[in-house]
Amino acid sequence: MTLYLLRRLLSLSLTLLAASIVVFLVTEIIPGDPAAFMMGINADPAAIAALRSELGLDQPVAFRYLNWIVGMLQGDFGQSYTYRVPVSELVGDRIAVSLPLTLYALALSTLIAFPAGVFAASRRNAPGDIAIMGVTQLGVAVPNFWFAMLLVLLFAITLQWFSAGGFPGWDAGVLVALKSLTLPAIALALPQASILARVMRSSLLDTLDEDFVRTARAKGLSRSQALWGHALRNALIPVLTIVGLQFSFLLAGGIIIENVFYLPGLGRLVFQAISQRDLIVVRSVIILLVFAVVAVTFLVDIAYAIADPRLRRQRR
Amino acid sequence: MTNFKTVTATVSAVALILGLATMPSLAAQTDITVGMQLEPPNLDPTGGAAAAIDEVVYANVFEGLTRFTADGEVVPALAESWDISEDGLTYTFHLRDGVTFHDGSSFDAEDVKFSIDRARAEDSTNAQKALFADIQSVEAVDAQTVKITLSQPNGLFLFNMAWGDAVIVAPETADTLATDPVGTGPFAFATWTKGDSVALEKYAEYWGEAPRLDKVTFKFIPDPTAAFAAVMAGDVDAYPNFPAPENLEQFKADPRFTVIVGSTEGETILAMNNKKAPLDDIKIRQAISHAIDRQAIIDGALFGYGTPIGTHFAPHNPDYVDLTGQSAHDPEMARKLLDEAGVSDLTLSLKLPPPAYARRGGEIIAAQLKEVGITAEITNVEWAQWLEDVFKAKNFDLTIVSHTEPMDIGIYARDDYYFQYADADFKAILEELNKTTDPANRSELLGKAQRKIADDAVNAYLFQLPRTGVANAKIMGLWPNAPTQANDMTAVYWVD
Repeated sequence: MTLYLLRRLLSLSLTLLAASIVVFLVTEIIPGDPAAFMMGINADPAAIAALRSELGLDQPVAFRYLNWIVGMLQGDFGQSYTYRVPVSELVGDRIAVSLPLTLYALALSTLIAFPAGVFAASRRNAPGDIAIMGVTQLGVAVPNFWFAMLLVLLFAITLQWFSAGGFPGWDAGVLVALKSLTLPAIALALPQASILARVMRSSLLDTLDEDFVRTARAKGLSRSQALWGHALRNALIPVLTIVGLQFSFLLAGGIIIENVFYLPGLGRLVFQAISQRDLIVVRSVIILLVFAVVAVTFLVDIAYAIADPRLRRQRR
Repeated sequence: MTNFKTVTATVSAVALILGLATMPSLAAQTDITVGMQLEPPNLDPTGGAAAAIDEVVYANVFEGLTRFTADGEVVPALAESWDISEDGLTYTFHLRDGVTFHDGSSFDAEDVKFSIDRARAEDSTNAQKALFADIQSVEAVDAQTVKITLSQPNGLFLFNMAWGDAVIVAPETADTLATDPVGTGPFAFATWTKGDSVALEKYAEYWGEAPRLDKVTFKFIPDPTAAFAAVMAGDVDAYPNFPAPENLEQFKADPRFTVIVGSTEGETILAMNNKKAPLDDIKIRQAISHAIDRQAIIDGALFGYGTPIGTHFAPHNPDYVDLTGQSAHDPEMARKLLDEAGVSDLTLSLKLPPPAYARRGGEIIAAQLKEVGITAEITNVEWAQWLEDVFKAKNFDLTIVSHTEPMDIGIYARDDYYFQYADADFKAILEELNKTTDPANRSELLGKAQRKIADDAVNAYLFQLPRTGVANAKIMGLWPNAPTQANDMTAVYWVD
């Protein structure tokens, strides 16, 4: 297991290094000068040049790359060109919104999907199963931003139970903050829950057809005893894979929902930074997201091993 | 918010029952949440061009020697009065007494000297450095008097000093204005929740008339649909520059809201690359101008809001000359001009930056050009790309952009400017204008300048960008127009 962990860690670092080079070069190639963007179309060229040198943009590419990498290794992500504050501070503020939102949505999605999937599988082709499959088919098909707008229309505009968006900050109180994340979390969770429920159901049905389940039934277990006692755990591997993917997707991909609810999350930060050519922010956030995805994959691998002892043994 | 409203409603109901309703001030709200589409990158108006900076801090947090009023008039601000020498070269400003910065330090002539010298310094990052170009020296005569000497007369000098880029800052706080703005205005900076909102609070020691609001929160909602929902749900009280004109009819029909339609300083033009063949031929440029139906663009891209213009000048300005007739929609004429120029099957690139006026307007213009036999190849670009490719590299035939700086006809005198006009006669007119301070003479010269660029069909002039806003019907005192990019909150208040 130790060797396995070391090997995974090495590959994690190499992935990050490769990603850092790609990210740096791509952001270097795209046209657009952050200084020119900040100074607008009436600006004096001398003022733009002065700003470029103030931001350190007149230094050679290799120098800036090394500066960035060395800084990051020391925990210094540099300073945002446009906001003029440390990138780590900006990102920290945004993670305080994006991470709780992701976990909230993931929790909701899992809480809905597990029972729904198990219920559907246990009543294969019965009306309950068909109803759940119908609803989840709809859930997969409906775009989450559209669903989000419906939620706003009903709960914010008509009923006025929630505000239409925005995030008051954790200082305003945990409940207030969670309340403001509720509609976005539901909007994010339902499509994900639909996918997860369907995966859960089909994975469970596959498992229920396997010999060991038939054996279990043959030795006298009821259908639901066999399901809960033997099939469920075996059916978890594909479900965990999806949960892991969903985490990465929700963390980085919440941008549309962030826009609908004007939440100050990571997605919107990257989007804004790209359009303003605040390249140092773009690079740092992307590297951070790469890191998060790689780390989650790593954690999912470990979760596989816990769910399925056979994998654990192979890896030793 | 909702809770607060419920409480206010309950309180008012109780007050009404007790017969106390004759005291309406009890219920009048003193805080306001204002929606804005873009978040300012920083809060230093002297170190960046982003309109959003001024939209938060102009007249609220920072003040200059002079300032713009809601009508675009230039009035005294931190300078109470001034004397101008006979030759128009020396301005002596008499500063207001008892002005303090939000950090408690007092304001005097040294702050003015520092601010102006900082803006015009060699290594200055002031985006509008040109405003200070004619200044030869700034001298603090005594604590309340500043003498500014110009190298040549400049009829626009007092106007220039009213810009957000010319506000007065204190030397002690100048380096940290980006994140912690300290000015002399009626509101002091309170908090900035990045990505969400900036809050300002009433400054108790303000020198002028105290504002009626205690707290102003600017909330940043970029998405038009989200902006609509936020206004409908009462999360924002006013959205002065509402991004979805298609929703305005709905707000008009709703008694809870007022729709505010005003004008901006944004001359929106179809800019042409005057040095690039075939657009170096005036006939082709005229043909393009005649091919365009301005009203169709205003109706199609702006839902009917916007005023057609025939030259690069704001129609609400008293010196404006209406030249729209000179380039009226006339496809026949356009085809004839193209024939005379000897071109057929013309294909031109049309690069469109992100704002809706450009993207929607561009589609309509392409269709109108098609009718006279010109193919416009549309490329959508981001702002950063536009600045690099169109503005700097001049790699374009046509583009649509709104020039939002006030009184910016001077850009036509800049040879290296992106549409590359470079005309000696026009420059001579502008030079004379700069030296002229007499209003009547200035007006005549401004008319001449407007006619000159319309005669030369430098660009196709489309419309003055409207400012369409929506606000709670109980809010008074918002600026309808935008003589500069600002949301001046000093005179805003709630009625019952």
